[in-house]
Amino acid sequence: MFGNQEIMLTEKKLLQDLTPEIETTGIRWYITFLLFFLIFCVGIYALIQQIEKGHIVTGMRDNVVWGLYIVNFIFFMGLSYAGALISGVLHLFHTGWRKPVIRLAELLTVISLVIGPFFIFFCIGRLDRLPFLVIYPRIQSPITWDVIAISTDLVGCFLFLYLALIEDFAILRDYSDLHVKPWKKKAYKILSLGFTGTEKEKKILSNARNVMAAMIIAIAIIVYSVLAWIFGVTLQPGWHSTIFGPYFVIAAVFSGTGLLIILMWIYRKVYHLEEYITKRHFVNVGVLLTIIAAFYGYFTFSDYLTKWYGSIKMDSMLIDKLFHDYYALFIFANYIGILLPCIIIAFPRFRTIRNITIAAVIAVTALWVNRYIIVIPTLETPFLPIQDTRPDWIRYSPTWIEWSLTLAGISVYGMLFMLVSKIAPIISISEMKEEDKIEIMK
Amino acid sequence: MKEKKENLSESSSRRNFLKKVGLGVGAVSLVGIAGNSVIGRNKSKSGKKIKLLSPDGKLVEVDKDDIKPAKEIVAEMKSEARKGLTGRKFIMVIDLAKCKNARKCVEACQEGHMLPKDHEWMKLYLLQDDHTTARFWFPRPCFHCDKPMCVSVCPVGATYKRDDGIVLIDNQRCIGCKFCMTGCPYSVRVFNWKDPKVKLPAGQVYDPETGIPQVEGTVGKCIFCADKLRKNELPRCVSACPMGVLYFGDLLEDTVTNGNETVRFSKLMTDRAGYRFREDLGTLPSVYYLPPTQRSFPVESGLEDSDESVKGRYKNAGPR
Repeated sequence: MFGNQEIMLTEKKLLQDLTPEIETTGIRWYITFLLFFLIFCVGIYALIQQIEKGHIVTGMRDNVVWGLYIVNFIFFMGLSYAGALISGVLHLFHTGWRKPVIRLAELLTVISLVIGPFFIFFCIGRLDRLPFLVIYPRIQSPITWDVIAISTDLVGCFLFLYLALIEDFAILRDYSDLHVKPWKKKAYKILSLGFTGTEKEKKILSNARNVMAAMIIAIAIIVYSVLAWIFGVTLQPGWHSTIFGPYFVIAAVFSGTGLLIILMWIYRKVYHLEEYITKRHFVNVGVLLTIIAAFYGYFTFSDYLTKWYGSIKMDSMLIDKLFHDYYALFIFANYIGILLPCIIIAFPRFRTIRNITIAAVIAVTALWVNRYIIVIPTLETPFLPIQDTRPDWIRYSPTWIEWSLTLAGISVYGMLFMLVSKIAPIISISEMKEEDKIEIMK
Repeated sequence: MKEKKENLSESSSRRNFLKKVGLGVGAVSLVGIAGNSVIGRNKSKSGKKIKLLSPDGKLVEVDKDDIKPAKEIVAEMKSEARKGLTGRKFIMVIDLAKCKNARKCVEACQEGHMLPKDHEWMKLYLLQDDHTTARFWFPRPCFHCDKPMCVSVCPVGATYKRDDGIVLIDNQRCIGCKFCMTGCPYSVRVFNWKDPKVKLPAGQVYDPETGIPQVEGTVGKCIFCADKLRKNELPRCVSACPMGVLYFGDLLEDTVTNGNETVRFSKLMTDRAGYRFREDLGTLPSVYYLPPTQRSFPVESGLEDSDESVKGRYKNAGPR
């Protein structure tokens, strides 16, 4: 199908290609990192402002009590669950082409999962009382379900990533030509847990990874459904929907697949992995994105159709708001953001690596906007009309504080990816050398 | 009504009153000890008496064994505020025919609970269902639902439902996640977006029944003046209303009063076809409305006396 040509790759070749990024760090890496760090510092300044002056510095008010923070929270958690689903499914089905990209998917899962909850911390009025969630938990509350689910997911995904890394750490430990600082060598020695690569060890590791892959798929579905139910269980128009659980899961996979493509593009360019991450991978993940986009579009359509067709007053008012005040965002999120990626990827003539990446960027951005128009317009449409003279009480508009913290979240995302790529190979060496060969598509 | 209430709950109210005195003593002796022997518990006595100053300035003698650290007293008060007044089921009836947006209920509420001016636990809406139907003023306290969404979704039990039907908030427990605010379909809850800068009056400790002081980063709402109810008094909004719009009472006693007249709740409901707001949501509110029939005032009169900032709110009020 892709005119394949098998090339035997030795571990040596893999190590030669993949270890330079661990051994040396270029000036561009430092500049980018510094840039991210500066954005992060602005975020910290914004956070200090918010803690000092109170949440009045945000755009949130009594009607729109959840704003950008919650949007970011569900967005990042979505990315994470998508990563878990993709890496889990690809692993379990032994998809041949997964090998160069599965590490990225695994990293995406864990890093998003680490970032996401921070946005909840920004949203909470009394950060100092956060431990109360564990000290005085009430199991009736979907937030408690979320606390349990997310912490389980965090442990599960960390384990899954770590199990995948053990063999790589062992390879790096045993690689005598590795020119890194002693602390790194020592770290590899500790982190590889004395793995030597005997048949028995490999069997144990492979079993554990299979179990974890299956588990994180299940956990990802549960966790994202629980997140959706935080909205679904309320009586609010637009949220009170039975479709929300599966709809959120599909939306999550959609965004995660998109981000995976973007990450593939970045690492391919920056770390010169053209030989490993090829057009085939972009097309394959792109096709996955298209299929998911179809499902996601279908869910979106049926959710809004039923609200629009019926005559329930609150639903009509919400639809009215979406089609007027949020017209541009609605068109972008739910038409362009779904159809355009499908068109770009569905027609072979548009399928270039660049185009697929553009499609992915559109998809991910549109999904963020979709989360925004799920959260905000509903809160601006309460059952009792908002009768107020204060404009910020009527219409939500995020302040620079919220935007800086959002950007800070993204920059930490970037920084974590940059740091991890200096410790662990961004393409799994152990996976690639499995039976010491790899298919490379030309 | 008042006499009746007094009779019914005399014993319990006296006990409570005495308890309050005991608590007051605890608060007065700020060093951290207080007596609550006045509550009259049967405990072993040491026989040693200690003199303490009561809140009303009288010198009282208290047994040494009954002296507890103030911390415990606060904890006891809070557990008392969680239980509520047993054997009661508080309800409110709002006669929409009599309301003319005088806003006295709002002012009394803000003053009584020491709320910042932009915090309205009682809110006045100008509603109209459709352009073919009438406009009417709609005072909205907390509905103290029997199936309160806010209580279900609270992750830490900061907001809770009491035996007497009142939904309270412990703002020393509230983490400020605002889930209750999205859960409540009546926009009842308000958030302290900034420090409300409330100074607790000397000798007073935080009590969920007064809601004083409001704390930054936590949620507040109408609490049916649970502190007044414990003293057998009407909520502040009810006493303040010059039109007698608000009736308050006990469902189990089947009586409600607006301070002037006391009426049978069930008869009032039948005669005036009382209803609850958005019954379809199934939250079972404790607040009932009487439809605005044969009104005492034309609806426009509600805008006459109010200042511009208030008038501005209702500029776009209309059918929705």
